[in-house]
Amino acid sequence: MGDGIDVKADSVLDVKGLCCPMPVVKAKKAMDAIEVGQVLEIIGTDPGSKGDMPAWANRAGHEFLGSTEDGEVFTFWVKKGK
Amino acid sequence: MTDRIAIIASKGTLDMAYPPLIMASTAATMDMEVGIFFTFYGLDIVNKKKYANLKVAPVGNPAMPMPVPNIIGMLPGMTAMASKMMKDMMKKANMPTIPELIKVCHESGVKLWPCELTLQVMSINPDDLIDEVERSCGAAAFLDYAATANISLFI
Repeated sequence: MGDGIDVKADSVLDVKGLCCPMPVVKAKKAMDAIEVGQVLEIIGTDPGSKGDMPAWANRAGHEFLGSTEDGEVFTFWVKKGK
Repeated sequence: MTDRIAIIASKGTLDMAYPPLIMASTAATMDMEVGIFFTFYGLDIVNKKKYANLKVAPVGNPAMPMPVPNIIGMLPGMTAMASKMMKDMMKKANMPTIPELIKVCHESGVKLWPCELTLQVMSINPDDLIDEVERSCGAAAFLDYAATANISLFI
């Protein structure tokens, strides 16, 4: 998936400027605070997150909905699975 | 069944303290069960008096950002200088500190086991270890945990 993702986030997490492992650590905490089925939007600048976010989401039982890239800023959408 | 990762942290330099803690904290976010066994110099990573001030070795380390001949690296103050350089680089990259990462690990349920043998050999008082550690244990106890691990790392 790329541009044009039509999802409404229930919660937004800003991890800009943070590097590995903090984006996934913060994402996990933010995920703990929302309900199953809700969507978390994660905005960051760590290029490693492009691979880390889907890996984390799938392994932790969530659904990776997609991402967009705008210059140095990456946005990810993950639906809470459990 | 939950995935499990068993890590042995055997080195006490700043650069070698990060990999076990980064892997552990990340694995915990992925719903893995994680345990780290701190042995020999790796015990410094959970030593109250040392863990905020781990050093980088300039001698015998050709991968240094500014490589210096070993003979220069041996000079007084070089270890402190190399350590400060690396810490500055890490700060610039907004990397968490070792105490911060330990806190993340602990809060996410990572088990931190000090090696009992090391405490004895190096005459370390268990009170010198950070509060987040579990009770010290031996090789058999760690291996019992590691026997059912999907991932085992020696660092």
